[in-house]
Amino acid sequence: MKIALLGNPNTGKSSVFNLLTGLRQHVGNFPGVTVEKKTGLLKINETSHQLIDFPGTYSVYPHSEDEKVVYNVLSNPANPDYPDVCVVVLDASNLRRNLFLFSQIYDLGLPTVMVLNMIDVADKNKLSIAVDNLQSQFPDAVIVSSNARVKLGKTRILEAITTAKQSENRITFIENATLAVIDDQARQEEEAEKRFAKIDTIIPGILTQKADEKKTETNSTKLDKILTHPIFGYLIFAAILLLIFQFIFSFASIPMDFIDAQFGHLSEWIARSMPEGIFNDLLTQGIIPGIGGVVIFVPQIAILFFFLAILEETGYMARVVFIMDRLMRPFGLNGKSVVPLMSGVACAIPGVMAARTIADWKERMITIMVTPLMSCSARIPVYTLLIALVIPEKTIFGFFNLQGLVLFALYVMGVIAALGIAALLKFVIKAKTKGYLLLEMPAYKQPRWGNVGITVFEKVKVFVLNAGKIILAISIILWALASYGPGDRMEQAVITAEKFATVNQLDEEEQADLIAGAQLENSYIGIMGKTIEPVIAPLGYDWKMGISLITSFAAREVFVGSLATIYSVHDDGEENLPLRQKLLKEKRADGTPVYTLATGISLMVFYVFAMQCMATMAVVKRETGSWKWTFFQLGLFGVLAYLGAFLSFQLLS
Amino acid sequence: MSGHIKLAQIKKGNDAVVQSIEGDELRSKLLELGLTSGSKVRVLYTAPFGDPIAVDIEGFVLSLRKSEANLIHVTV
Repeated sequence: MKIALLGNPNTGKSSVFNLLTGLRQHVGNFPGVTVEKKTGLLKINETSHQLIDFPGTYSVYPHSEDEKVVYNVLSNPANPDYPDVCVVVLDASNLRRNLFLFSQIYDLGLPTVMVLNMIDVADKNKLSIAVDNLQSQFPDAVIVSSNARVKLGKTRILEAITTAKQSENRITFIENATLAVIDDQARQEEEAEKRFAKIDTIIPGILTQKADEKKTETNSTKLDKILTHPIFGYLIFAAILLLIFQFIFSFASIPMDFIDAQFGHLSEWIARSMPEGIFNDLLTQGIIPGIGGVVIFVPQIAILFFFLAILEETGYMARVVFIMDRLMRPFGLNGKSVVPLMSGVACAIPGVMAARTIADWKERMITIMVTPLMSCSARIPVYTLLIALVIPEKTIFGFFNLQGLVLFALYVMGVIAALGIAALLKFVIKAKTKGYLLLEMPAYKQPRWGNVGITVFEKVKVFVLNAGKIILAISIILWALASYGPGDRMEQAVITAEKFATVNQLDEEEQADLIAGAQLENSYIGIMGKTIEPVIAPLGYDWKMGISLITSFAAREVFVGSLATIYSVHDDGEENLPLRQKLLKEKRADGTPVYTLATGISLMVFYVFAMQCMATMAVVKRETGSWKWTFFQLGLFGVLAYLGAFLSFQLLS
Repeated sequence: MSGHIKLAQIKKGNDAVVQSIEGDELRSKLLELGLTSGSKVRVLYTAPFGDPIAVDIEGFVLSLRKSEANLIHVTV
């Protein structure tokens, strides 16, 4: 049996879903669209049923891509997801608006269960509901009340699902209740008026407001006055951002170092214990570092989504959207763009996906286009290496650490670029509809930790699967390109290096590093690096950096490891001290140092702008459904990165 | 007090009754959110810079931009 879970947003629908299915859920997409489809297994009397969580909607008639799914499924009995039973979750404290969607679904004639959720909130608001009278309006529906927050009502809902019956001659809530066609606006409007007219006549018989609660301000409204205050509102939001970033940048480094070390050990252990050969190399130099490069970002992403889920759960996020909307609009963005942009600081992949909540096509497109400009965590290793290399460690104006200041400037540059590009795109992209913001401000609630946990788990899973596949694939390709070269070029290089090592009496480790460097130089990727040298020379880069730029297309942080290999330095993973010393000694043909302030800044600027991430590109392609936009973004960022790096190098050198 | 004014013109803390909604592409969306004629609304608070605004519609709070509130005709 297929069971559809439907309801307005903010009714606790996802809590009901979690209550019924626990962790036995699967997140995918509805066929053909990028709308999240959560399905879960439901066991009733030893038989398994499929519960499908539909996007929260106010009506069966769609106003966004998400909502179209609901209409497409419910209007077409041949649809593979067409349900046998509809479970509609209603916010009991907000019956008027919730009954609208319910009455629409009831009138479809399917077996229907009404879950009156958040009974506790209704109680607190001194609302009492006459369920008998409600039942008499919808005689064929099974009505249950629940409080999914405290896990109340599971057995009752399961029972209701089995007792809900199909009714051939259902007396519909309104007359002529057949579903209107999707673009028959006039009939939909007429239907809305008719339904609310009927709801308004039955509400007095169902809902009674106890005491004179109505005149006093609710706690939510009081809190809103502070949280949306012109000064305190922004201050509080800024403080929360600061706290989140503090967690992401400082505390995440503990598990990240641990993961880094473990993958390093694993590689070494396998390299030692397996017979030498191509498979050993592929595993220890391609696959394991590739997986490690994905897993290392899990702590930051988990922390970010832990906080975002709390902000969402408590209802605070709607207030952030509310106070940010006016500020974002001149840039062609929406208040809801705040979440994607914030996510982008950890990783652009979940950020781009978070743009789904923006109903307006143009605002959503612009958000997706600029989110990868936010400096993500994969840029941090690149930034820190280069800063340590070319920026002196000194204090200016008494207490500002110059290195810290430069890092901050790189982040600011990303934000400014994102907003600037957005403002430009506002004029370039043609609007399909007029942008709008219609957002419910839910009452403030305690976060449900179960939901927070599930959100974090799902987001991490999405990241690992999306980014993982691509980063892994590229790591393997790059490993192959770096391990093989045309003809016997590499063998020759190794022989030369060995001779050099013997003559100069290098120890074993030095010799190994030297050989690795020589091999890389003569591999396919080394040749590629040399080929692009003329193009990147005006930016101050040589072919060695060229190789690192190419390899870091898998993920930006690979830049550091690649440099270490090319310069035949043992990658110590931590402070990169040997690498830094080596880089500082590097000289150009004319004897001037390679890694000057100009080159360093040029590289940093390049990494601020460049779309050096295949995984993000893949997600952008999927979310926009268009190669045109994906390559437009790649090209735009490429031009920006090149020009920015060119200008910085030429001005500083 | 009679005569239609727009919801966007209602001051913070004041009540109004919805009369009609302009025929915009958003009309059906606004109706489905319960802004049918006769429904009671109250402007609760506004965002900094006076836009968007938060409105109580028969028991739930909706935030909408001024441009959207301009589509909604009300009486005080």
